[in-house]
Amino acid sequence: MAGRPVHEGLFTERHLIGGRCTSCGRHHFPAAVICPYCGAAEIARVELSETGTLWGWTAVTAAPPGYEGEVPFGFGVVELPEGLRVISRIEEADPARLSFGAPVRFGVVPLRTDEDGTEVVTYTFAPADRT
Amino acid sequence: MTRSVEVAGIGIHPFGRFEDRSVTELGVTAVREALHDAGDPHFQAAFCGTAYAGVAAGHKVLGAIGRTGVPIVDVEAGCASGGAALMLAAGAIRAGQYDCALVFGIEKMPRGIIRSSFFEPWREEAGLAATPAYFALRAQRLMRDSGITKDDLADVVVKNRAHGVDNPNAMFRSEVTAEQVLASRVVCEPLHLWMLCSPNEGAAAVVLRAPPEQSAGPRITLEAAALRSHLPGSVLSEGTPLSGLADDSVDPPSTLAARAAYDEAGLGPADLDVVECQDTDAARELLSYEELGLCPEGDAGKWLADGVTRLGGRLPVNPSGGLLSKGEPLGASALAQVVELVTQLRGRAGSRQVDGARLALGHTVGRGANASVVILRRSP
Repeated sequence: MAGRPVHEGLFTERHLIGGRCTSCGRHHFPAAVICPYCGAAEIARVELSETGTLWGWTAVTAAPPGYEGEVPFGFGVVELPEGLRVISRIEEADPARLSFGAPVRFGVVPLRTDEDGTEVVTYTFAPADRT
Repeated sequence: MTRSVEVAGIGIHPFGRFEDRSVTELGVTAVREALHDAGDPHFQAAFCGTAYAGVAAGHKVLGAIGRTGVPIVDVEAGCASGGAALMLAAGAIRAGQYDCALVFGIEKMPRGIIRSSFFEPWREEAGLAATPAYFALRAQRLMRDSGITKDDLADVVVKNRAHGVDNPNAMFRSEVTAEQVLASRVVCEPLHLWMLCSPNEGAAAVVLRAPPEQSAGPRITLEAAALRSHLPGSVLSEGTPLSGLADDSVDPPSTLAARAAYDEAGLGPADLDVVECQDTDAARELLSYEELGLCPEGDAGKWLADGVTRLGGRLPVNPSGGLLSKGEPLGASALAQVVELVTQLRGRAGSRQVDGARLALGHTVGRGANASVVILRRSP
């Protein structure tokens, strides 16, 4: 992957990395070693779907604590076919241009550049009808 | 049969910003007032709610007035810290461990968007520690599910700020118009700046005791003090997880706490005369109507529009002005609700008095998740 991920183990270039509990069958993100729903320690790490639908969204207009990227930026909830809703950055900062159920696609975007010139990247979802 | 618990005294330090006073001094003011109000009893334990005051915060307050020696327990439960402290004290009195306990909450909030050790550093770096954005997502879903408009959100602020005008303990004591609210800047669509409460400073205290065998005049009893956390699975839970299930049937912590409290008190929401609820943002108040079962699901906007929850309405909500008028010092806010509700039940709330109030409910919910619901009764 180009750039340094903001945190290890969250995503690849194409997918979020989630966990599927082999006991209760439910998915979670980020992948954990114990199921956050049933407590079973039987987790398979899985690549989550690349596309989903928009379940909720807003825009963050002032930099939250610890964030050094640009504002405003889109922020929302993406529903994935695995039956999972994920909090994510959204590549649309104008809430008026988004709608419930709109298709969105996974992506990786730069957050900021480190002192040594390395880009720090994070996961995002972008409106699929525009990419 | 377990013993009943009565509120023997209340005290408060007004909410606001006080550069010249330490959090300990705020606490001393509220505690001394509550002890004086209760007739300066001997209390056998103290519980102090706070999220930001640091190590042994309660000891510092009681140390400043020479009342240490008893067990002092600091309790952190986010916005419900005071409710959690109250639950512990009430349970101990019911069980016969103590006859009298002091409960207080103190806070000096950092300025700006609340920074919390709750979020992992990477989540902050990625911009995902945007607390108001989570409020906004909840507001958007409520608007979709209950047909609430931005005008309704502005009207919550108009109502609560109008209530707060006559509350000497509130930070904001001027009326506002819906136009002014909607003209304030958008923080996170659909929430404008004036629709969000201000984190600030303050303290509140309550003295609880097992009722003496004989006492003159009306008494205020604590009928229930319930605390609940979140169930797993809800993406918009105040637990602010990074993911949740595509399942809308997960009960929120406020509903769990309300059910437990109604059960403990042996009554239902239709019996209530006055409510103080969590209005961190305007949508949160409307959501609370539904989560506490005050109104049927989907009717929160209608209740507001019909004036049910205004002073003079059938069930006034936040006669104190709510957090939108008072501001929110986390550790103190739940106990300040109790101070307001006891004042109402005593019939001493002046121009914001809810006539004939006999049953009152206080509700807080926030990070953790933690939700607390307190029910108070005046008798006879």
